[in-house]
Amino acid sequence: LLSCRRWSGAKADTLYDVVVSGGGLVGTAMACALGHDIHFSDKKILLLEAGPKKVWEKLPETYSNRVSSISPGSATLLSSFGAWDHICNMRYRAFRRMQVWDACSEALIMFDKDNLDDMGYIVENDVIMRALTKQLEAASDRVTVLYRSRAVGYTWPYPFTMADSSPWVHITLGDGSTLQTKLLIGADGHNSGVRQAAGIQNVSWSYDQSAVVATLHLSEATENNVAWQRFLPSGPIALLPLSDTLSSLVWSTSHEHAAELVGMDEEKFVDTVNSAFWSDANHTDLSDAAGSLLQSAVGFLKPTKVSARQMPPSVARVDAKSRVLFPLGLGHAAEYVRPRLALIGDAAHRVHPLAGQGVNMGFGDVSSLVRHLSAAAFNGKDLGSMSHLTGYETDRQRHNTALLAATDLLKRLYSTRAAPLVLLRTWGLQATNAVSPLKEQIIAFASK
Amino acid sequence: EWVSEPFCWGSFAGGTGKEVDPFTVWGARKLSSCGNRFVGGLRSRCWGTQAEGARLSSSAENQFSWTPQTNLWVFSEYSMMWFKSYRITFACLSRMKIYRYPWTRLYGTSQTTVDSTEIKTFVALAHRWWDEQGVYAPLHSMNDLRVPFIRDNLLKAVAHHQPGKPLSGMKILDVGCGGGLLTEPLGRLGASVIGIDPVDENIKTAQHHKSFDPVLEKRIEYRACSLEEIVEETAETFDAVVASEVIEHVIDLETFIQCCYQVLKCGGSLFITTINKTQLSYALGIVFAEQIAGIVPKGTHTWEKFVSPEKLESILESNGLSVHTVAGMLYNPFSGYWHWSENTSLNYAAHAVKSMGQEPPVPAGFVFTGKTEELHDKDSINPSVQEELKK
Repeated sequence: LLSCRRWSGAKADTLYDVVVSGGGLVGTAMACALGHDIHFSDKKILLLEAGPKKVWEKLPETYSNRVSSISPGSATLLSSFGAWDHICNMRYRAFRRMQVWDACSEALIMFDKDNLDDMGYIVENDVIMRALTKQLEAASDRVTVLYRSRAVGYTWPYPFTMADSSPWVHITLGDGSTLQTKLLIGADGHNSGVRQAAGIQNVSWSYDQSAVVATLHLSEATENNVAWQRFLPSGPIALLPLSDTLSSLVWSTSHEHAAELVGMDEEKFVDTVNSAFWSDANHTDLSDAAGSLLQSAVGFLKPTKVSARQMPPSVARVDAKSRVLFPLGLGHAAEYVRPRLALIGDAAHRVHPLAGQGVNMGFGDVSSLVRHLSAAAFNGKDLGSMSHLTGYETDRQRHNTALLAATDLLKRLYSTRAAPLVLLRTWGLQATNAVSPLKEQIIAFASK
Repeated sequence: EWVSEPFCWGSFAGGTGKEVDPFTVWGARKLSSCGNRFVGGLRSRCWGTQAEGARLSSSAENQFSWTPQTNLWVFSEYSMMWFKSYRITFACLSRMKIYRYPWTRLYGTSQTTVDSTEIKTFVALAHRWWDEQGVYAPLHSMNDLRVPFIRDNLLKAVAHHQPGKPLSGMKILDVGCGGGLLTEPLGRLGASVIGIDPVDENIKTAQHHKSFDPVLEKRIEYRACSLEEIVEETAETFDAVVASEVIEHVIDLETFIQCCYQVLKCGGSLFITTINKTQLSYALGIVFAEQIAGIVPKGTHTWEKFVSPEKLESILESNGLSVHTVAGMLYNPFSGYWHWSENTSLNYAAHAVKSMGQEPPVPAGFVFTGKTEELHDKDSINPSVQEELKK
């Protein structure tokens, strides 16, 4: 995949303005957003996707087990090029409250938007892809999509004109064809080939955890507009609403436990899930005492709102064949941009699902990059010029690094049963819960 | 590993014959140019200590006079480039002797606006035009101001424009286009542009640079000539004439403006950016920028040839061009970005329109938001303009 030879010919290759490598959620959203951008009306955009073209028929009755929590900011991006309307016509679930609590103590934090705005939306990944593909087809005069195309080699240009070398990025595809582009956007996931070929350093480590996802049937139909997450010592377990009777499970736990969960029979699995949410076995006297101490102090100082711990709905069944596991890790690219290259989505950053931010960070990257590229196009600038690409990098690195660090810290903080850390996080969580402006800031940051 | 290896001292031997890899050269330039980049904080070890050392040791923000402290290998690369530029300079200078005279011989009676002494400075730097972090970096970043300035003022005159190609259908002349820094963005916005420059090397660089982009190849044409040479054949054909960072280099401003007037269509626009002739512009523009900080190559500017906005306005008005806008521009050498400003004592931009032959239109308000007050003040500075309007 590494390729650094100089390219001094083949001017007959098609020259694209932008090539997006990787047709996942973030890559497709990027191609869609550019295709619908007014200042890109006369530009040529190409989307390269290694997989086959998916033909969508009717929406299946059963819900898919891969879902994403879409923040309001991401919803704004999707509606800016008309994909959100398609999602609304299919299915999604808005949630208004989020309760996050500890397994080792009574501490909890409740995020609640007073003005009854939606905090976020749970949408199946397949539904999002369908909506994006539909909008991509609507912009087919500007955006070309090549399926079953994997780039095998890249040739990078020099940062300044040198002799006869081509100033564009040259991409060689698996079938031997080549193309040129003024800007290459790498959206090919956390094992990004583009990032590796460019030699961009990537800080990464794998968590010794895997996430188990499943679609669960609730015991009884409820309003189901609350997202629940409990931090167990083995990892966080989350229940995300899909409909009145269905919820999606995301349980991050050790590799062995995850394999066990996927393998065990349905009844045992349902019992395990229920007890993970309901059982107080991990409470210790110390943590209980410390927790109630702070709670009474808070109640004394601020007797307005006392959030009592609410219990999530209990689970009755699990959808057959909906249990899947995938490994988790963290990753962050040292640079998001190079001349004529930009990384977005998981290629630039990979995060633990505990905060539900992975795809939202990717959509945030798309928003920012489209904004910068649109302004650059309206100013007649060379699209691959570092001057606006560094603007995008600064913008996103600030936001993403903070979120990545916070998520990693939370993961580590909640992975232990050690008393001092339990006390620390108990008090920390209760204190944060008591300070409404702080909670509002957190919601605002995560909603971008 | 193949990226980080060349950065370790001693691993490089000699300079000739080794294939230059684009990202190692890119990496070295990144080490040496500070600017406003936010560092992710997760850089690799091998770059880490050297990068910090380089950043601390490089005093100026945008490294134009590149110091060889950072990396021996990259210094060799640069010395190769300097050697090449010397060869080009000598080749050009020997040809200059022949070129210098034909201009005055052919146009013996009419005056030329090209200053042959100015040519020398530009010839030496002809191949450096397109290096965005090189000597012409301030001109590259000035595009962020001058392209919107030109674009918005031209779009005001049209009812509707094509999205994606707002300037399509317009013919623009870029006088003193140099390497095509301003010509290319205008071409990308859809205009048909002719770029002219008296320095042959500049035109060659510009031609070479646009040759890779088929869209620009069609929309842009370059010619190595001066403005007077094309006045007859292109009379009244251009919707706009752009003379950016040019009038401070011409010998005879009056003739230059007259030629601009002749090639413009009725109602066509003239855009000028230049430097004011003030004590401040001497102190900052010549002493600081050229001699101390090296932001501008030495000898580029002569203070005597700077033009004040008042003088420019009076020449424009007396030649049938009514001034619509005069706005100051300020360069921040630390960030490398330009900003609009009320203060015209350093750099400024002007927009004038060729009168339709009737009463010249009342100057329109300032294009940019929040600055209306300053422009009205500017109108009042120039009493000659107001008197003309009253007539």
